[in-house]
Amino acid sequence: MAVLIYTENRDGKFTKASFESVSFGVRIAKEMNLPAVVLSLGTVDNKALQVLGKYGPDTILTLEDERFDTLDNKAYTAAISAVAADIAAKVVLFSHSNTGKAVAPRVAARMKAAYAPALTGLPVSYNPLIVRKKVMSGKAFADIGLSGEASVLTLSPNAFEVVEKPADIPVEKVNIPVDDNWFTTRVTGVQKQTGKVILTDADIVVSGGRGMKGPENWGPIEELAGLLGAATACSRPVSDEDWRPHEEHTGQTGKIIAPNLYIACGISGAIQHLAGVSSSKYIVAINTDPDAPIFEAADYGIVGDAMKVLPALVEEVKKVIQ
Amino acid sequence: MKILVTLGNVPDTTTKARFADGDTHLDMTGVQWIINPWDELALTRAMELKEDAANPVDHVTVVTVGTQEAEPTIRKALAIGADDAIRVNAEAKDAWFTAQQIAAAVKDQDFDLILTGIESSDYNGAAVGGMVAELLDLTSISAVSGVELNGNEITLHRDIDGGSETVQADLPLVAIVQKGIAKEPRIPAMRGIMMARKKPLQVVDPVEADALTSYNHFELPQPKPPCKMIDPEHVEELVSLLQNEAKVI
Ligand SMILES: Cc1cc2nc3c(=O)[nH]c(=O)nc-3n(C[C@H](O)[C@H](O)[C@H](O)COP(=O)(O)OP(=O)(O)OC[C@H]3O[C@@H](n4cnc5c(N)ncnc54)[C@H](O)[C@@H]3O)c2cc1C
Ligand SMILES: Nc1ncnc2c1ncn2[C@@H]1O[C@H](COP(=O)(O)O)[C@@H](O)[C@H]1O
Repeated sequence: MAVLIYTENRDGKFTKASFESVSFGVRIAKEMNLPAVVLSLGTVDNKALQVLGKYGPDTILTLEDERFDTLDNKAYTAAISAVAADIAAKVVLFSHSNTGKAVAPRVAARMKAAYAPALTGLPVSYNPLIVRKKVMSGKAFADIGLSGEASVLTLSPNAFEVVEKPADIPVEKVNIPVDDNWFTTRVTGVQKQTGKVILTDADIVVSGGRGMKGPENWGPIEELAGLLGAATACSRPVSDEDWRPHEEHTGQTGKIIAPNLYIACGISGAIQHLAGVSSSKYIVAINTDPDAPIFEAADYGIVGDAMKVLPALVEEVKKVIQ
Repeated sequence: MKILVTLGNVPDTTTKARFADGDTHLDMTGVQWIINPWDELALTRAMELKEDAANPVDHVTVVTVGTQEAEPTIRKALAIGADDAIRVNAEAKDAWFTAQQIAAAVKDQDFDLILTGIESSDYNGAAVGGMVAELLDLTSISAVSGVELNGNEITLHRDIDGGSETVQADLPLVAIVQKGIAKEPRIPAMRGIMMARKKPLQVVDPVEADALTSYNHFELPQPKPPCKMIDPEHVEELVSLLQNEAKVI
């Protein structure tokens, strides 16, 4: 028996969310007295794989096959379930990322395992297994009891602190036969977001709402984001109006993010917007209306015109960043 | 070509979190029920695909696992334009239970395209679509923000972490959809509402199926300390707080 942790790489490098999953999975494995086994799919060089050892697993498995370099839900499910069966996994853990959301429920269904997504922290209890997640788009927490032989879990990004210590864990190749019939999708085009910080990975996010008045006023938001190494985001009406690309839309119907710092400029703080950002550790609000609901969610607030406050903020940040 | 849209019945997105029975249940008294927002977009896109004469889509069905209380939501979907509806007469106990019911209800009906939403706005499970695909042994594509048909060829756009991809696959398949799939959800017109009353709504009995998870305790998040207000003329104070108090920059 074991805890199996699926790790994701992006162009051969493991994601921050994967490091969080490994740290989290290792901790659960310890509590359950089981070995922690990490699995990587696709072509990744040995150096990148060895980095995973720092987060404390007992074993690192790699299924090197370039057919796994793009996501195919069915093929991933087949491979991960085969490995899970092989090591008699009691728990299979994913990040609650696009890939995790796509594959984890299929793996659960194939294993007839109990499924709990988007955990916000360590289990409340191990025997019976009870875990905690947010429901109602962040408005409440719920405890979920899992029954059944095995469990499949996904971990919310930024919910668990990584624990690093140097270690030298050998990397083992997995030998399961990969069937061509597993692959039923063809990726015919890729549009990679380049240069900019990726929104779901970002530690800091600078976001604009309808109060920014128009796309021509985004200069200071981008400048501030550049200075802070931050990603840019926006409210739904802003992406609906094509002021900003739809990948930036955060909220209940957009991206759900949990950065350390979220700076909301000209955003009223509607409940559906907060649903996507309320897990941020700190929220700064800049808004002309002192009664805007965003101030109830914010830690620091400035009542003022974003067109004036933002350029001043850029200048002050420049001073301390130098 | 036949399209199936799975339809979740959820509380209005502005519903406050309240609990009942010693915090073991969400309190749904007085709640306004709506079509789960992503399912509404999925249905809108299904109608657009059907209305485009270039496409061979001739039928759009919706399916809901729920009690009779879900019927107003189902009627709304029929008013938006779905041709018929299936209701599996059972409380949706958990995602696994729900997926088994949907799979059993549609497995012999040869749907070419099944659209499910990425998550339900109440329990945020993000589970049913993938499970249905697995149970029906179909291809699934997730985080889909665009669906295009060209005859019987389908092209999908999906978000990946850090970008997006164009994906092709053979039908039948399950597309798990999110924002972008349709611009605005369609609002039922008067004519649609009248016609919906006469459209077939088939009620089927649930199959034997187990649930593997149970929600047993609810809690509100810790209240936040009040917001610290900073004078707009002294932005440097904000920078200092972010550096020294919050330690985030
Ligand atoms: C089912 C559903 C799902 C939804 N999902 C989402 C979602 O995922 N994400 C989302 O964001 N919204 C979502 N919405 C929309 C949401 O309800 C709000 O309408 C939206 O968030 C408002 O965007 P906003 O704050 O940018 O604009 P507004 O509400 O128009 O607010 C603009 C704010 O800017 C302030 N302002 C004006 N001028 C200035 C200035 N010069 N300087 C500083 N401040 C200024 C104003 O005081 C105001 O508070 C959803 C709605 C529904 C019904
Ligand atoms: N009771 C239900 N009946 C029909 N479809 C559902 C039901 N619950 C969830 N779904 C579908 O599954 C998607 C994901 O829901 P969930 O896994 O509950 O987050 C929703 O967007 C719906 O399309």
